[in-house]
Amino acid sequence: MKTLILATAAAALAAGSAVADVKVGMITTLSGGGASLGIDTRDGFMLAIEAAGRDDIEVVIEDDQRKPDIAVQLADKMIQSEKVDVLTGIVWSNLAMAVVPATTAQGLFYLSTNAAPAQLAGKGCNANYFAISYQNDNLHEGAGAYAAKEGFKNTFIMAPNYPAGHDSLNGFKRYYEGDLAGEVFTKLGQTDYAAEIAQIRASGADSVFFFLPGGMGISFLKQYADSGVDLPVVGPAFSFDQGILQAVGEAALGVKNSSTWSKDLDNAANTAFVADFQQKYDRLPSIYAAQGFDTANLLLSAMDKADVNDDAAFADALKSADFASVRGTFSFAANNHPVQNVYVREVIKEGDIYTNKIVGTALESHANAYVDECKM
Amino acid sequence: MSTILIIEQVLNGLQSGVMLFLMAAGLTLIFGVMGLINLAHGSLYMVGAFAAAAVAGLTGSFVLALIAALAAAALAGAVIETLVIRRLYDSDHLDQVLATFALILIFSEGTRWVFGSFPLFLDIPDALSGPVTLPGGIEYPLYRLALIVAGLLVGVGLWVLIERTRIGIQIRAGENDREMIAALGVDISRLYTLVFALGAALAGLAGALVGAIQSVQVGMGEPVLILAFVVIVIGGIGSIKGAFIGALLVGLTDTLVGIFLPEVLKLFMDAAPATSAGSAIASMSIYILMSLVLIWRPSGLFGARI
Repeated sequence: MKTLILATAAAALAAGSAVADVKVGMITTLSGGGASLGIDTRDGFMLAIEAAGRDDIEVVIEDDQRKPDIAVQLADKMIQSEKVDVLTGIVWSNLAMAVVPATTAQGLFYLSTNAAPAQLAGKGCNANYFAISYQNDNLHEGAGAYAAKEGFKNTFIMAPNYPAGHDSLNGFKRYYEGDLAGEVFTKLGQTDYAAEIAQIRASGADSVFFFLPGGMGISFLKQYADSGVDLPVVGPAFSFDQGILQAVGEAALGVKNSSTWSKDLDNAANTAFVADFQQKYDRLPSIYAAQGFDTANLLLSAMDKADVNDDAAFADALKSADFASVRGTFSFAANNHPVQNVYVREVIKEGDIYTNKIVGTALESHANAYVDECKM
Repeated sequence: MSTILIIEQVLNGLQSGVMLFLMAAGLTLIFGVMGLINLAHGSLYMVGAFAAAAVAGLTGSFVLALIAALAAAALAGAVIETLVIRRLYDSDHLDQVLATFALILIFSEGTRWVFGSFPLFLDIPDALSGPVTLPGGIEYPLYRLALIVAGLLVGVGLWVLIERTRIGIQIRAGENDREMIAALGVDISRLYTLVFALGAALAGLAGALVGAIQSVQVGMGEPVLILAFVVIVIGGIGSIKGAFIGALLVGLTDTLVGIFLPEVLKLFMDAAPATSAGSAIASMSIYILMSLVLIWRPSGLFGARI
């Protein structure tokens, strides 16, 4: 188990004057499948912390190996022996469900850099829980809105058979207006989609929507491109992320995907973020890095306004979202989930690198479907 | 539900079956000859895929990539056999499972050190890309047809090797009675290294062939390993013929049940629950198949009778 204690402002520490006022515990996935997501989350978060150069914040980082039981153990350890004030960093919704309710019940803050399941946005919302990323349904809703706007009439939709997969298809259907040529749940972790592609071919669909995060999406896109079926494809950003696109290669070119962030979003904070990230880590940032970066900046902005030990005041300071988001305009809805634009991106090739560019906006100032269920 | 769709799905099932056979053949050989449970077989599949992706990235040649996959996996197999596995032949299965599980972790993190945590790119060669039209108007990807042919050729090659060559006689003798063939002057430790490297090379070949249409990433071997174990349990442990029949059964069951069960359920259920329930039951189908085979023949289809 890797324990990294990273104190910022090393000079200040060396002088012995540092008093860590806020201690942050980051639990994220740094090994095993899906490690690239956690590594980007961490790198984006630490980029902001190091740039701030403050001596009143300390970050403890641990690897959850994508296992809920380990995430729970780490959270207990961080709360009880490290005495952290804020937890953050979990990538996966099932891990978040295991950690977040217990964390907020103990009066600590949880800032989500990615996972934001419906349960925590609706009835299970909490004044100490903030999702800086999105609500899980958002990108799928954006894809549905895009499909409706493009006039797709008969879309074939597909997601893995697990809670986030069901949420995905429900989110898509919430904004999609046409008929469904087919609705298929694949196995979680499935790598061969020949059978589903044959179904798409036989279904008479005019377009395809799919949510297959990570390696599943790589497999599907490569096999789809080779199958001779050439219907337009739409998906959420997860299968078109910077880390994944290089492995998909040409098969992804031209595919539309919905995202709350893109590296070409035109605002000063984002331009600086993309340049600094590239300079420091020698690769392009992903949406996970952008969300990590925003989370750290939100936290820093709240520390300027309130004391972390004063729960109500600190929650208010977080909720005012008084920071320069790399996503441009950003605020929180009543249930502490973002109100933000959902963009449509297209996969392009820049030199030798596959990446995305924004081609439109699917939903403007979009909140989420669970605001009314949340009673705080 | 058209005939074309059914034929296409049968081809898909065959294709996934023959690739599973490449994995299962090595696993069952190693178990049959050495009595070793090798959990690290999935890591050798990953080694093959990564070697192929690296060489294809450097040279652009798919043939060189396949050669590299075979060589890298066989070499990795020979090295772990000599360094680790050799010490485990006389231990019980629990020790073997522990040691080879440790090898999985070492291979996974080692691969991450060398190649990083992002998936690698490996594409199918231009000559085999795109669909072809089969008799009857079925459009089917050429590469998948090539996989079926390649898998069958390897199957024939293995059969010739085991039934018609001197090495094959030694391997079969080794399955029956280790002590006796050692007493007859066969260099048993060389034979073991050879069998292990052969099994590893087959896994590496499968990794490279399948990696071109899937994602080459750390941990890609473990899901296939589980299926390969199901295959050799169904086929009968130690039997190459059993592995072949078992792999085709598992490939076809997995593909066909996944597609047709939701459709069948829709005949007497609403669409949404039928899709969910169908997908859920379909993912159990190969395990149900395994249980049925074991009830009927407790040592598998072609296993030694107990």
